[in-house]
Amino acid sequence: MSAAHTEAHDHHDHRPSGIMRWLTTTNHKDIGTMYLIFSLTMFFVGGIMALAIRAELFQPGLQVVNPELFNSLTTLHALIMIFGAIMPGFVGFANWLIPMMIGAPDMALPRMNNWSFWILPFAFALLLGSLFTVGGGPASGWTLYAPLSVQGGAGVDMTILSIHMMGISSVLGAINIIVTIMNMRAPGMNLMKMPLFVWTWLITAFLLIAAMPVLAGAVTMLLTDRHFGTAFFDPAGGGDPVLFQHIFWFFGHPEVYILILPAFGIISQIVPTFSRKPLFGYDSMVFATAGIAFLSFIVWAHHMFTVGMPLAGELFFMYATMLIAVPTGVKVFNWVATMWRGSITLETPMLFALAVVFLFTIGGLSGLMLAIVPADFQYHDTYFVVAHFHYVLFSGSIMAMMGATYYWLPKWTGRMYSEGLGKTHFWLTTIFFNVTFFPQHFLGLAGMPRRIPDYSVQFTEFNIISSIGAFGLGLAQLLFVYIIIQAVRGKNEKATAQVWEGADGLEWTVDSPPPYHTFETPPTVK
Amino acid sequence: MSASNGDYFLPDPSPWPLVASVGLFTLAGGFVMLVNEVNMAPWVMLAGGLIIAFMMFGWFGIVVLESEAGKYNAHVDVSFRMGMLWFIFSEVMFFGGFFGALFYLRNLSIPWLAETDILWMGYEGGWPTAGPMGAELIAADTPISSPSQFSTIGAWGIPVWNTLILLSSSVTVTIAHWELKKNNRLGLIVWLAITVLLGFLFLYLQGFEYAHAYADLGLTLGTGVYGATFFMLTGFHGFHVTIGAIILLVILIRCIRGHFKPDHHFGFEAAAWYWHFVDTVWVGLFIFVYVV
Ligand code: HEM
Ligand SMILES: [Cu+2]
Repeated sequence: MSAAHTEAHDHHDHRPSGIMRWLTTTNHKDIGTMYLIFSLTMFFVGGIMALAIRAELFQPGLQVVNPELFNSLTTLHALIMIFGAIMPGFVGFANWLIPMMIGAPDMALPRMNNWSFWILPFAFALLLGSLFTVGGGPASGWTLYAPLSVQGGAGVDMTILSIHMMGISSVLGAINIIVTIMNMRAPGMNLMKMPLFVWTWLITAFLLIAAMPVLAGAVTMLLTDRHFGTAFFDPAGGGDPVLFQHIFWFFGHPEVYILILPAFGIISQIVPTFSRKPLFGYDSMVFATAGIAFLSFIVWAHHMFTVGMPLAGELFFMYATMLIAVPTGVKVFNWVATMWRGSITLETPMLFALAVVFLFTIGGLSGLMLAIVPADFQYHDTYFVVAHFHYVLFSGSIMAMMGATYYWLPKWTGRMYSEGLGKTHFWLTTIFFNVTFFPQHFLGLAGMPRRIPDYSVQFTEFNIISSIGAFGLGLAQLLFVYIIIQAVRGKNEKATAQVWEGADGLEWTVDSPPPYHTFETPPTVK
Repeated sequence: MSASNGDYFLPDPSPWPLVASVGLFTLAGGFVMLVNEVNMAPWVMLAGGLIIAFMMFGWFGIVVLESEAGKYNAHVDVSFRMGMLWFIFSEVMFFGGFFGALFYLRNLSIPWLAETDILWMGYEGGWPTAGPMGAELIAADTPISSPSQFSTIGAWGIPVWNTLILLSSSVTVTIAHWELKKNNRLGLIVWLAITVLLGFLFLYLQGFEYAHAYADLGLTLGTGVYGATFFMLTGFHGFHVTIGAIILLVILIRCIRGHFKPDHHFGFEAAAWYWHFVDTVWVGLFIFVYVV
């Protein structure tokens, strides 16, 4: 072993240069960077689709896109944002941070790590390619409900196959993360000392491995119903379209927690740093996360209250859903209690974290309204649902990732970002986000249906406001890209290893930027 | 050179994951073409399959070399073990989806469909059923006289033999494992070879049953929900047995070439775990698809 040891040090940073470095890399930092760039790219691709949707909805009537394309745009916008922007984004953070946070030299299975990433560009090429087929892209909504998705042309098949590829990528990535956390921790880093970001990812990875294969099963049944004569979702053969909804949401609800738990982890890193206090209630945070994960498997039918389930089912899923508010409330309480009597400063990451705590809570509360069965009969499939999930997904997951970018960018690039521009980006994003999505609550309560390119004239004013907000929100993100590029190009002020005065954790003990390989000899954790 | 620092193993940059993605993409694209009746589809799929096969030789080849060169210490071994176990768990969830569909259809939605008279008056439901517009179930061993009839495969013919075959193959692979630990290479090779043969025997009998179902019983993938759940569950299982048998065959070849040590043979164990997993799924299938 000792021969291999010295040899390894001779060849320390050897890696192919140019494009080959990125195609063949087994380094967690390189792979993390690729995930993050991919995520940001998809964020803009999906964002452009959203702007096309908002342009169409600026006024009643049909003007910008035809209804068929409109349906494809809502479908693809959601699929791209969920599977292309949010999930790969979080995996990017996981790749960069988990090994550094637990004192490991890399991920446990580095070659597989590379594969998990490189599946994605191909999967999304297939998905986006569907737009150029004869029948157009998938038009059934991201939920792909049968029988709508049993119709449609080759575009739907491309969507199904791309979902299979994304599933392989997610499951392999999740396996890698679990194994890394369970097997690669530095001596002394026992489970209850792990940073919360690591904990939330451990549980997220479990959810991924449990949920993604079920989605694979659902779309496989769809595929065989489409082309091989099975009757899973066709009552004539004894099947049931509602079966698709059950399987889909058995995946779908854990999926929404896959999309938010890493964000909870990020907030739990940022808030203590800028409050200069340790996280309040660490243990309860861990248990709340595990509790949410468990509950997320027994609430799926709250997406299906209006399909005609037996009363006992409606009641069970209503109460189970409301239970989730308890561990979620524990988390919000802990973040607030962390700030209590802290000496708080409001740098950009903290601003984002505060906004997430506040705005995510609004989304949680509208979720509670939706969980009430009789009320959901009114709200279901209206813009109220759209408002709900944008408050949890945009001002929850996406804004948490933006905060995380500002928080760790100095560590990664060795340069500070421009604080003034960062704050400007924060305020533009927060304001335009609310301008875009807050009015959608009113639209939904007044009965405007989602996923329809036209609407009756009484909804016009709020839609105009929402569309204006959307374009502002989109433009503000160009500033985000500019700020990142500025820091990456290394013109800004140098960052110290510690970066933030109140930051705590192993990643702040290595240089900024960290060497290509960190912790080749494990650090000792007290 | 790859780095092996104390407890850790960091592999070199590798082209194989990218090759795997290209292969997967080609295969998926070819499949989309196939179901949409594009002429060159089989060729695209063949290309995809070949790329994936090429990748497997390359990627697994490196893994075998690294393993035989002693680069995988006990710590790395634990990573592999955990990875394999979680992979099998993901497979369990995949089958779980199809079992869930079976239970839901059989115990909930079919009775509801029979209860409502709005859609199909007089539809009785029950199980097996091919649905209100599907074929009529007739007793086993009654000759099928029209395309609107089907009958099912009884549990106590070939399926129970297949159960015995798979269960014994789980035993034989365990005996092979014991022999490996005792460093009795001959015993290892013989018992593993028996396991592989049992696996292929199972597949042969399953293929025989499928042919019988299609040719004589009127039972096809299109025979309503019964045919759909029957063939999808047993079909995916059969697919997994095929993969498992091929893996075991590769492991057998490696054993013959003298790979593995009594205290270091994760490749063997992973294959055996996978085999026990397909075996367990079969027991579930035998009970819920054939017997009950
Ligand atoms: C307190 C927690 C939450 C509760 C009680 C809750 C409840 C609900 C309910 C009942 C619906 C169905 C509404 C309908 O279609 O009629 C819904 C939809 C949705 N929720 Fe939540 N939710 C919560 C948190 C979250 C979180 C954290 C996320 C994601 C990060 C999320 C994402 C979504 C999405 C994407 C939909 C819409 C799915 C679709 O139909 O396309 N929710 N929520
Ligand atoms: Cu839900």
